[in-house]
Amino acid sequence: MRQSNLYIVIYAAIITIVCGGLLAFASQALKPRQEANIELERKSNILSTVMTVEKGMDITAIYGTRIRELVIDFNGNLVDKKASDIDVGSEYKKRPEDRLLPVYEFLNASDPNKVESAVIPVFGFGLWNTIAGYVALESDFNTIKGVSYSHVGETPGLGARIATAEIQDRYKGKKIFQATTLVSVVMQKGEGMDYSQDPHKVDGMSGATLTAKGVNNMLKEYFGCYQKYLEKNKEPNEQSNL
Amino acid sequence: MSAETIAVAPEKKSEPLFSKKNRKLVTNPLDIDNPITVQVLGVCSALAVTTQLKPAFVMALALTVVTASSNVIISLIRNTIPSRIRIIVQLGIVSLWVIMVDQLLKAYVYEVWKQLSVFVGLIITNCIVMGRLEAFAMGNKPGPSLLDGLGNGFGYGMILLIIGFFRELLGGGSIFGFKVFEALGVHYQGNGLMLLPAGACIIVGIIIWVQRSINGYRETH
Repeated sequence: MRQSNLYIVIYAAIITIVCGGLLAFASQALKPRQEANIELERKSNILSTVMTVEKGMDITAIYGTRIRELVIDFNGNLVDKKASDIDVGSEYKKRPEDRLLPVYEFLNASDPNKVESAVIPVFGFGLWNTIAGYVALESDFNTIKGVSYSHVGETPGLGARIATAEIQDRYKGKKIFQATTLVSVVMQKGEGMDYSQDPHKVDGMSGATLTAKGVNNMLKEYFGCYQKYLEKNKEPNEQSNL
Repeated sequence: MSAETIAVAPEKKSEPLFSKKNRKLVTNPLDIDNPITVQVLGVCSALAVTTQLKPAFVMALALTVVTASSNVIISLIRNTIPSRIRIIVQLGIVSLWVIMVDQLLKAYVYEVWKQLSVFVGLIITNCIVMGRLEAFAMGNKPGPSLLDGLGNGFGYGMILLIIGFFRELLGGGSIFGFKVFEALGVHYQGNGLMLLPAGACIIVGIIIWVQRSINGYRETH
């Protein structure tokens, strides 16, 4: 009986339906919680580039009062879209000139019209999979205030270090423009060197040169995308609004 | 006493869960029947997740949970599984557990999930899980199957932690992220080889060497 074809087909069908049903149920039931987690992480990643995010802080409330979301195009003009509707990963597939580019302006706590810094999202490829992140620029639209990187599948202990504060802190205070030329910030090969005198270089990650290359390409490409917007706002043009 | 009671055969004593034989199910995989160093299963993930102790620990925990629970489920339905499709049924059950664990972690402990979703996915293809289902759970009761799953998970985890300890210490100079050499005031240049898979191969080799010389293992031809 247990070897008959009919039994096998029915058995396989039942196993498939039961397992599939359980998974579909779990996925549906857990989805709201998972999406809330992802949204919270996005907000906390953005905030972490401009301030110290600690456990127990009300991320949603701070984000709501201090961050102004806007969307621009390649020429730095405002586009009437919501930043939360834009998926940086799918925009990445378009040509740079066609991309919709979100900007998250970090507003002064007492004067909500004063932009303290602008946070821009970045996206690219590491060694194994996609990497993404946010870069915050000071109100001079040149000095990096902070960065936050995340990755999908970089090697733990090597490339995955881009997600640690140790690596991200190396970018603080670096400059992306040299006079009026955009040069970005480049992570070097090899680790343990002192680049504090060079505003466009940061110390590398030993054993993760290919991930570092991915990060360098990502930054260069996205600073390029936002170049017109940055130049418009950059000093001596003091106006921070578009 | 009536004649009836005499006629009833003495009830077959069920074996206590922690009998000597069952205890061996947990202790054997730690040493003489270790999944990694003796059966040489699950080596791939042992190389991939041991650059630091934390992912190694989490992977060991996740694998133990999946092996033990899949063992129990397969053991419960072992008499209904048609032998011609048994492997795919086992694979289905393992995948079910792995995805469940992954989804629950993502919903309730998002930070931990981010650390480990890559590794949890790897469990599906881990030979230890399939090996225990095929070799043990298909022919034994749920109780012993649970112990067998736990034992093999522990045996795997133990080796992972040993490898992870040496790789993180020698490669990065830290233990569980704590910078040991800096705390001691010694300058330590991390050994990059230990962070590469080759470093793990060397450590696994040394562990097998030590284990075999203690147990007096000889190759038989």
